[in-house]
Amino acid sequence: MGEAITPLRAFALGLRAAGSVAAFVLFATALGFGALARDTGFTLGHTAFLALTMFALPNQVVLIDQLARGASIAGAALAVTLAAVRLFPMVATILPTLRGSRRHPLLEVLAAHFVAVTTWIEGTRRLPAMPPDMRLPHHLGIGVAISGVMALGSITGYLLSVGMPPVVGAALVFTTPLYFILSLVATARTRLEVSAVALGCALAPLFHLIVPGFDLLATGLVGGTAAFLWGSARR
Amino acid sequence: MTILQDGFGGYLTLILAGVLANEVWRLLGVVAGSRLDLDGQLFQWVRAVALALVAGLGSRMVLFPAGALADVPLTIRLVAFAGGIALYFLARRNLGIGVLGGGVLLLAAQLAWP
Repeated sequence: MGEAITPLRAFALGLRAAGSVAAFVLFATALGFGALARDTGFTLGHTAFLALTMFALPNQVVLIDQLARGASIAGAALAVTLAAVRLFPMVATILPTLRGSRRHPLLEVLAAHFVAVTTWIEGTRRLPAMPPDMRLPHHLGIGVAISGVMALGSITGYLLSVGMPPVVGAALVFTTPLYFILSLVATARTRLEVSAVALGCALAPLFHLIVPGFDLLATGLVGGTAAFLWGSARR
Repeated sequence: MTILQDGFGGYLTLILAGVLANEVWRLLGVVAGSRLDLDGQLFQWVRAVALALVAGLGSRMVLFPAGALADVPLTIRLVAFAGGIALYFLARRNLGIGVLGGGVLLLAAQLAWP
């Protein structure tokens, strides 16, 4: 990829993420979210609004589940925020990658909004190949494409919800964890990366049993720190 | 039946209980990220935390799923998961074949042993 690429071209290349495996998997999961939102009594407007403003499927599911169970606003907010902590290290590590020769604070906030597991994985795969100044527009393109796919999937799932056999729904949902882990395996190169992925897989079920609610946070901190120490020792 | 009011009140509930509680971590990530040096040790640690967390999210979804996937027996989930990984490597590290293959395996196993 030459240096002659323009920001508009980098953005357009990012939009192509709409046709990726990641987009397919997200679409499949969003179908499930749309169907759930309808089952629990939300309007189509609410459903599309959440897809566009939250853009983090597991957290949207937590919110809908909480409100459907009659939780208070504060109770629902607490559950959502616990699920959303994972966005923090993802944004904090993708932003330095997006930094070019000039800073664009407002665009960086928009870029941060477009960080979710799918775009973070796609970003870490695609961004290093881009010249530094083109990474921000490229990431914005990925974000617009993937969040559009998620909104479309949520709306489709809402409208289709009656009539999809549960077996098909389960298979569609199943593609998400498979995509997460396979794409992490695909991009893990260094000892730090490989051990972080392996420890994360192994620790999450354990912490889920010991400290439910804080399981992912504990997995990230314990597994990540151990992988960091192991990865930086005897390099 | 709708669970929230259709008008402004319903959206206000969604913003307070969901959007803000969610977005606050992204904004904090912008603040922390603007101080992180790409080549620094701190960056490597935060990256390891993020990787472990996302991998953990994946393995938790397989072992402790919610919704329709929870009705699929654990054995079928594990076999389809291993099958997806095997297909990925057999297809020379093709992400699409691994992901779709795993989904198809789960569907086939469910239909074969309902």
